[in-house]
Amino acid sequence: MSLFSDLILTPLNYPFMVRGLLAAVMVGMVCAMVGVYIVLRGMAFLGDALAHAILPGIAVGYLVSGGVRGPIFWWGLLTATLTSIGIGAISRAAKIKEDTAIGIIFAGMFALGIALISSVRNYTVDLTHFLFGDVLGVSSSDLILTGIFASLVILTVLIFYKEFLVLSFDPVLAATLRLPDRFFEYLLLVLVAVTIVVSLQTVGVALMVAMLVTPAATAFLLTRRLPMMMSLAALIGSGSGVLGLYLSYHLNLASGAAIVLTCTGVFLLVWLGRTLKNVIQTRDSHLQLTD
Amino acid sequence: MVTLNRRRPNIIHRGIPHRPDAPILDVSGVSVRYNGNFALEDISFQLSSGVRVAVVGPNGAGKSTLFKVIAGVLEPNTGRVQVSGGGPGSHICIAYVPQRTNVDWDFPVSVSDVVMMGRIGRMGLFGWPKTEDWDLVHQSLEVVGMADLAHRQISELSGGQQQRMFIARALVQEAELMLMDEPLTGLDLTSQEIIFQSLEELGKRGVTVLVAMHDLKTAAQQFDLAMLLNRRLLGIGKPEEIFTPEHLVKAYGDHLHIVNTGEQILALSDTCCEEGDQPAQ
Repeated sequence: MSLFSDLILTPLNYPFMVRGLLAAVMVGMVCAMVGVYIVLRGMAFLGDALAHAILPGIAVGYLVSGGVRGPIFWWGLLTATLTSIGIGAISRAAKIKEDTAIGIIFAGMFALGIALISSVRNYTVDLTHFLFGDVLGVSSSDLILTGIFASLVILTVLIFYKEFLVLSFDPVLAATLRLPDRFFEYLLLVLVAVTIVVSLQTVGVALMVAMLVTPAATAFLLTRRLPMMMSLAALIGSGSGVLGLYLSYHLNLASGAAIVLTCTGVFLLVWLGRTLKNVIQTRDSHLQLTD
Repeated sequence: MVTLNRRRPNIIHRGIPHRPDAPILDVSGVSVRYNGNFALEDISFQLSSGVRVAVVGPNGAGKSTLFKVIAGVLEPNTGRVQVSGGGPGSHICIAYVPQRTNVDWDFPVSVSDVVMMGRIGRMGLFGWPKTEDWDLVHQSLEVVGMADLAHRQISELSGGQQQRMFIARALVQEAELMLMDEPLTGLDLTSQEIIFQSLEELGKRGVTVLVAMHDLKTAAQQFDLAMLLNRRLLGIGKPEEIFTPEHLVKAYGDHLHIVNTGEQILALSDTCCEEGDQPAQ
């Protein structure tokens, strides 16, 4: 009992830990639900690129505000939205292959962000927070912003469930049913962008893609139905957020890295379980054949 | 008095009304160019309701391109397509069945989920499937003989069942024009036979069906019309009038081989020997 209270309850005496846990749960959920479409449509590289490409926006927010969180959020949101629309337009119009175009924008914007931040003296601590997250530094007003925007994203995903489903599974059907497919393509990119900004403080730019992709991929291994995949992904994402944060507290690890490692660990466990199950099933069917 | 169960007024865009005097499909002067090369050149033909057309031609003949132009998802460079007197882009009654290799069979959806997708055009942006939509899905799965597979994940289907699922989707879509891209490729004769029975049901409802395929024998036996395509339209008419040696040589080139396996008759163009690129004997 005292072990339980030591491990689980004692950390909750710190308000920063409670706020961090709340943020991790919300971020885990919203990333995983949007991540389901990223996994199913093979957009992981795009998600990673978007996360990196918002760094200059954050940098500008950081420079003009002198380190205050509020403006950074809005600058990040603006850059992410613009970049997502820009990438969407480039992948339609450009002669070069889409992943090459994404790579160019992604690295260029990321470098611009680092350059801007490095113009401030003693920038390393802040840069580290942007890159790898600082979930224990989440303030109450951060939490409110996160809550509002995470809810908006999840609500949009649910409201347009059938449109995103058709568009992801069979884009030609979406076109023959005369759905506004271009609008939904952009909407999905904007949702990814907002999700990234909302999650920025928890896992940071560099580890973002793991939160988007890993819980959804884990859920994909466990179920063959989309609603179930979304629910499981949300559960795995938020569960890993909580577990990772406790691990980071007790083992004194960087919080963003601990959360991502927990996600990865859950994925590996599930993957191993699936593989073992398949091996056993194949062996059993062989045994039945030889009987 | 307003009764509670009265249907909501139809505010959903369901495509323009059909002109009864216009043919279901009217293609005139359609050309499509990719990077300067013609994928389709000056295609013109008309179809009346309820006919079943086999579209035959070598690989790269433009069959898929033609279907996409007819479905209104690809704009032709010149010419125009009219479906029941209106542009295809304003209709939601055109069902397009992709080639099997273009479908992600690991996508986490069940058979009934995929069939329900055909209803989405009629639900509106914020609509959800209603009981009558699900009823329609189950009726359509019964028509194609797949009611017991409704909850299967789509990766567990056989090739024939995959195609019948798409036919059921065309039924709930209330399609009037159906375009199937090589649905028979890789199927055994029994599965093909079951598909033709399902297509029969579409025919009874007056649905016009175009099927891209390779087997001349099936085309001749199961279809009202045959269309021979190789970038240009080389002939459309009764299969016995179209599958003449002169037409086939035009479509497949001088290196035409007719392969008769007993079950199928395939026309193959010997692509290894084009333009003087003769292999050493």
